Amino acid sequence: MNRIENTEHERLTFWEKLYLPEIAKGLGITLRQMFKPKFTRQYPEERWEPTGSYRGRPVLVLDEDGERCVACGLCSRVCPALAIEVQAAETEREKERYPVKFEINMLRCIYCGFCEEVCPEEAIVMSKDYELVFTNREDAILGKEKLLVPIHKLQDRLEFLREYK
Amino acid sequence: MVDWSFLLVEFLIKFVLILTLILLVAAAFGVYLERKVSAWIQNRIGPNRVGPFGLLQPFADVIKLFLKEDITPYAADKFFHRIAPIISLGVAFSVYAVIPFADPFRLGDKTIYFAITTPDVNVGILFILALTSVGVYGITFAGWSSNNKYSLLGGLRSSAQMISYELSMGLSLVGVLLIAQTFSLQEIVQKQALWNWNIFYQPLGFIIFLVSAFAETNRAPFDLPEAEPELVGGYNTEYSGMKFGMFFLAEYANMFTSSLIIVLLFFGGWNLPIPPSWIGLEMGSFWLSFLQFCTLIFKTLLFVFFFIWVRWSVPRFRYDQLMYLGWKVLLPLALLNLIVTAIVVYLVK
Repeated sequence: MNRIENTEHERLTFWEKLYLPEIAKGLGITLRQMFKPKFTRQYPEERWEPTGSYRGRPVLVLDEDGERCVACGLCSRVCPALAIEVQAAETEREKERYPVKFEINMLRCIYCGFCEEVCPEEAIVMSKDYELVFTNREDAILGKEKLLVPIHKLQDRLEFLREYK
Repeated sequence: MVDWSFLLVEFLIKFVLILTLILLVAAAFGVYLERKVSAWIQNRIGPNRVGPFGLLQPFADVIKLFLKEDITPYAADKFFHRIAPIISLGVAFSVYAVIPFADPFRLGDKTIYFAITTPDVNVGILFILALTSVGVYGITFAGWSSNNKYSLLGGLRSSAQMISYELSMGLSLVGVLLIAQTFSLQEIVQKQALWNWNIFYQPLGFIIFLVSAFAETNRAPFDLPEAEPELVGGYNTEYSGMKFGMFFLAEYANMFTSSLIIVLLFFGGWNLPIPPSWIGLEMGSFWLSFLQFCTLIFKTLLFVFFFIWVRWSVPRFRYDQLMYLGWKVLLPLALLNLIVTAIVVYLVK
């Protein structure tokens, strides 16, 4: 008695069973879609500028008085993909420690941002750089000279971190 | 007295012209149109890098296919694996032997026919129907010889589908033939002059033919032989390089052929929308034939667009639905259409 009528035979009206009017409706929808604005971005000419929340290539912050990194090695410890290698050394300056070697293997990096989160000095942050192309494996291991980025280029990300971290 | 050298030259010129036309317009422009229309429907732009508006994209595609490695599976039947794409493409092209593109025109004291064969073939439609059913061998051979379960399923589906739809396709055409009282495409078109189109007399026959044409050309919503989600690539799973390219070209050539036949049989063919005397052209002049040719190609491209439009709108049929539609809906309808047309033609004549 409480049977739910839901077979195709019972559900459809005569015109729906004919298919053709329904197909014509569908064609109408696709025809309207053809004249709608396109979503495509013409990539090489038209580039996307990410916001501060974007996690691109991790970089080291370069302050007015040199690099911020004190080579504590926390980023290296927390990195789930084992992409970071840090070797510490000492100097005579006020900030006694600095990384003599700091390498990020971009083939391993998964852009999780843990390194940035754990860093006590706000020295490693995720940049907006998303065009990461390497032609061989050696190029993909970035040394200090490629990682150090002047602070004024990272303002967006630093503000984002101050607000939400 | 037949002038053989003139006939030979005429044949060669027409052969080259029409084959280039098919390759350029039907295959190349068809591929371009498919990519553009699909892009527009999905709110994208489509190819626009190669040449102006991306018009050279199909040539880039073909060059890429030529440079790809041509792989034949170790367990495949080498002979049939090689011959299958040749059959597909050969059949797709040989149909054009009998299709006229415009009224014949006079050159000096000679009459030139706007078709590869001279003069008009009086069983043109039968020839086309016969050849298009040979086309299924290409796909079935491809499916069987690849020695791959998906290819085999694709090939089997294709043959079952083609046989089911060939019948209603042929029967739906008989109505047109009864009205025209001839098999010759030239005469069928000439009888449709000045908006006296067959579609107004045979709307049901047209719908049946259209649906069958979709099934015959393996286009969506009847593209079951290459249903990607179920059968990987269907019959062309094991094909690569230019062998795959030949199947691809054959598909678009078939689509163009189907559109051409629909236009010739139901939509007035190459007849101009106004009497040719209004624009000062008389029967048999070259420019009239040329205008007619342009009209025909324009109408055909509209139908090619329709084929593509449907492909990107309608989802694929399930296999049993396809068979149900072919045998239980289209075939009785085609028979009904035939009987009614026959009675009406008998009473009118």
